Amino acid sequence: MVPMWTLVRGQRGAHAATGGTDMVQLTVNGKTEQYEGDPQMPLLWYLRDLLDLTGTKYGCGMGICGACTVHINGAATRSCVTTLSDAAGKRITTIEGLAANADHPVQNAWKAVSVPQCGYCQSGQIMQAVALLREKPKPTDHEIDEAMQGNICRCGTYQRIRQAIQMAARVKA
Amino acid sequence: MTRVELSRRSFLGHVFSAGALVLGTPLAPREAQGADGKWQPSVYLGIEPDGTVILVAHRSEMGTGIRTVLPMVAADELEADWKRVRIEQAIGDVKYGDQSTDGSYSIREFYQPFREAGATARSMLEHAAAAKWGAPPAECRARNHRVVHEKSGRSLGFGELVSLAAQQPVPGKDAIRLKSADEFRYIGKGVPMTDLDDLCSGRGQFGIDAKMPGMVYASIERSPVLGGKLRSYDDSEARKVAGVRQTVTIDPFKPPHEFQALGGVAVIADNTWAAMQGRRKLKVEWDPGEHAIYESEAYKRSLFETAHKPQKVVRNIGDVDAEFAKGGKILEADYYVPLLAHASMEPPAAVAEFKNGKVITWANTQNPQAVQQTVANAVGIDKNDVTCHVTLLGGAFGRKSKPDYVAEAAILSKKVGKPVKVTWSREEDIRFDYYHAVAAMYMKAALGRNGRPVAWLQRSVFPPIGSTFNASETYGDAGEMTMGWVDTPFDVANLRAENGPAQHHVRIGWLRSVANIYHAFAVQSFADELAHAAGADPVEYLLGLIGAPRKIDPQPQGIKYENYGRSLGDYPIDTARLRRVVELAAERSGWGKKKPGAGHGLGIAVHRSFLTFVAVVVEVEVDKGQIRIPRVDMALDAGRVVHPDRVKAQLEGAAVFGTSIARFGEITATDGRIKQSNYGDYPVARIHEAPYETRVHIVESDALPAGVGEPGVPPMAPAITNAIFAATGQRIRELPVKNHKLA
Repeated sequence: MVPMWTLVRGQRGAHAATGGTDMVQLTVNGKTEQYEGDPQMPLLWYLRDLLDLTGTKYGCGMGICGACTVHINGAATRSCVTTLSDAAGKRITTIEGLAANADHPVQNAWKAVSVPQCGYCQSGQIMQAVALLREKPKPTDHEIDEAMQGNICRCGTYQRIRQAIQMAARVKA
Repeated sequence: MTRVELSRRSFLGHVFSAGALVLGTPLAPREAQGADGKWQPSVYLGIEPDGTVILVAHRSEMGTGIRTVLPMVAADELEADWKRVRIEQAIGDVKYGDQSTDGSYSIREFYQPFREAGATARSMLEHAAAAKWGAPPAECRARNHRVVHEKSGRSLGFGELVSLAAQQPVPGKDAIRLKSADEFRYIGKGVPMTDLDDLCSGRGQFGIDAKMPGMVYASIERSPVLGGKLRSYDDSEARKVAGVRQTVTIDPFKPPHEFQALGGVAVIADNTWAAMQGRRKLKVEWDPGEHAIYESEAYKRSLFETAHKPQKVVRNIGDVDAEFAKGGKILEADYYVPLLAHASMEPPAAVAEFKNGKVITWANTQNPQAVQQTVANAVGIDKNDVTCHVTLLGGAFGRKSKPDYVAEAAILSKKVGKPVKVTWSREEDIRFDYYHAVAAMYMKAALGRNGRPVAWLQRSVFPPIGSTFNASETYGDAGEMTMGWVDTPFDVANLRAENGPAQHHVRIGWLRSVANIYHAFAVQSFADELAHAAGADPVEYLLGLIGAPRKIDPQPQGIKYENYGRSLGDYPIDTARLRRVVELAAERSGWGKKKPGAGHGLGIAVHRSFLTFVAVVVEVEVDKGQIRIPRVDMALDAGRVVHPDRVKAQLEGAAVFGTSIARFGEITATDGRIKQSNYGDYPVARIHEAPYETRVHIVESDALPAGVGEPGVPPMAPAITNAIFAATGQRIRELPVKNHKLA
């Protein structure tokens, strides 16, 4: 079985072509944004440097650590390998836009279990977990491991991540 | 303690408003301490007129929870309501005492001073209320943010007492009363992490998130070989990248490298992406220099050549050579742990502004005072003219103790005349780390009739951390020898520990639990090998090796024993406590209940580090060459535990960190260049590769609190490979496990 995390979208190899300037329109956390510049810039750096939405983190730049995970049209996506041209016309949700008071059931479970240590990867973990629960409202531990194995936590909070996802699943059900 | 006048806000910086009650103990920093290792930290605590208690977190938050836990200790003694406490992060300043957040120091060095600070303020508030009411101070007791006089039913809030409390004389240490353990409100129980909401909402501010008005972004090309010199570069293509402004060189360091910027060519741009793209387009030629000879396989052979010859004796009991000469059952083994990288999720990052001969920086640093000194040296100013704000750290594990990246930002800011943000890419982080030393260990034992060793020889060889500060240093220092080498806690009549020299070819530095990693791997693997050679149960055998309850002092038998800067009287090498964690881990894991073999096995290891005793039983399943770790049982004796949930979290994390080391950790070099570059070729444990469940068993103790952040790591790797042996009969002596084909 192919782990779910390998199926998250994101384009690789687009880095070679740079220099052009394009106009890109996209929706970020419900707000329409206009971007004019290199269409090959990854969404990650646009969010962080230009929109000041720094909750989305850089970790690897090649879609293998999950720290930069956002939702694009509802699907968990690695923003570090998603170019702005790929994001054009799409609906982007970042950790800042997940819930008005940061009280999404997954966020609440994260707090109840006290998941974070350093916390750096947790935006990506939470965005991935939210997407998982949308697809599988009652995941088994095995399904959690399959869905979450693209998200590295160097502090090693995996056990609590699994606990928090199960808790959120109970609350949402 | 000295009383700080209300008007002297500058003393404490920007943290407190006028009218606040402020207590301070400006004492000597670590660098000013005496040779006996004793030093007096400082504590800052203030109460605003509105009753808000402000506690200054002077240590760096990298995931341990220390930004919450030390203030919690003071709040407890103060009888403060945690909901009315605000935590402020300190800038780097010697007035706070030691701020180098490493060595699992924070609780063991600051638990007592934070209690005293809280108790002092409580006493002054009680005396203030007593004066106001004309009541005996002994009848006025602080309780949950108020001072109460029960006889008369009167009470006043902390805020109402601020101005009066500030007029009270500061009591001496003898005059304050510390709470007894049954009075603790938070200590031993815990409070929610102060940053929990921010870390679950994306609002936490890390170094990589820091911005200054008008800043530009830099990405730096460095010599792929340590100490390589820039021969030439062509930036014409780089400057064509949209958003790139200019390129700037950084001079190479002058050996020893210490915390200096490595040097290189920086691309300055309008955003991070443009800077990184521009750097990729640079054409740079390097003169690689002396370290281009570094090749990991050849280097490993040279380490073992050294390890197989007599070396410097660092501890000796009896005469191992005489025992070995008698013949009998002799066992020998070589163990190897490669270079390791920190690979914290957040790479090194800093923004700095050089302006009018002063620098302001925001950095994800473990050591803001080292930032002050390093930046000052780099741009030629006084360290007091460097203001270092400490952000949250997205993991650190020792890497962010070295502020080379902050120096880069400051140097570039001076050159371009704007604030500059330096963000290391993952590739830079892996290729230009201060690596955990590669180490080779040779072990030899002679077994007596009862299967127990009558002679034990251990020899370690590794490039020392000292090479970072003295380029010609090749031997481990007393600190590295303290870490699991001269304190092998076994009851063996003849025991010798040695250390041999090794030349560094990359920057060597501290990584979570440091030299304990390779020393524990060799000692605890070899103990397991002897157990099997003796046909004994590994837990029983280990307890036999440790021997009767006693306190060990290795110093008369060898070199200086540092004991992590504390006396053996306060923090003994107590084999009774060592035995207890072994027994506890074994019991809770169900050791001995299931016959090992057929792809299933348990492994045990125990290690004392950072004054804490940790034993681990790892359960391993091996199926068609694939490893699974269903369960880890970790027993810990760290003395008094201040925040049990964060202690558990640290050990759960250590189990994963140790698993990464055992299964995957390996940095190698060819032609002096590091071959790995990202999480693809330098993997760390993911959710399905980490232990499925880690159970932490805390030994209840009122002994002095010891370290917690690191001691869970060292016993993990040997416990895993011992478990693999139990499961498969395959003995793994060279890490990582991924390089071995398992049956």
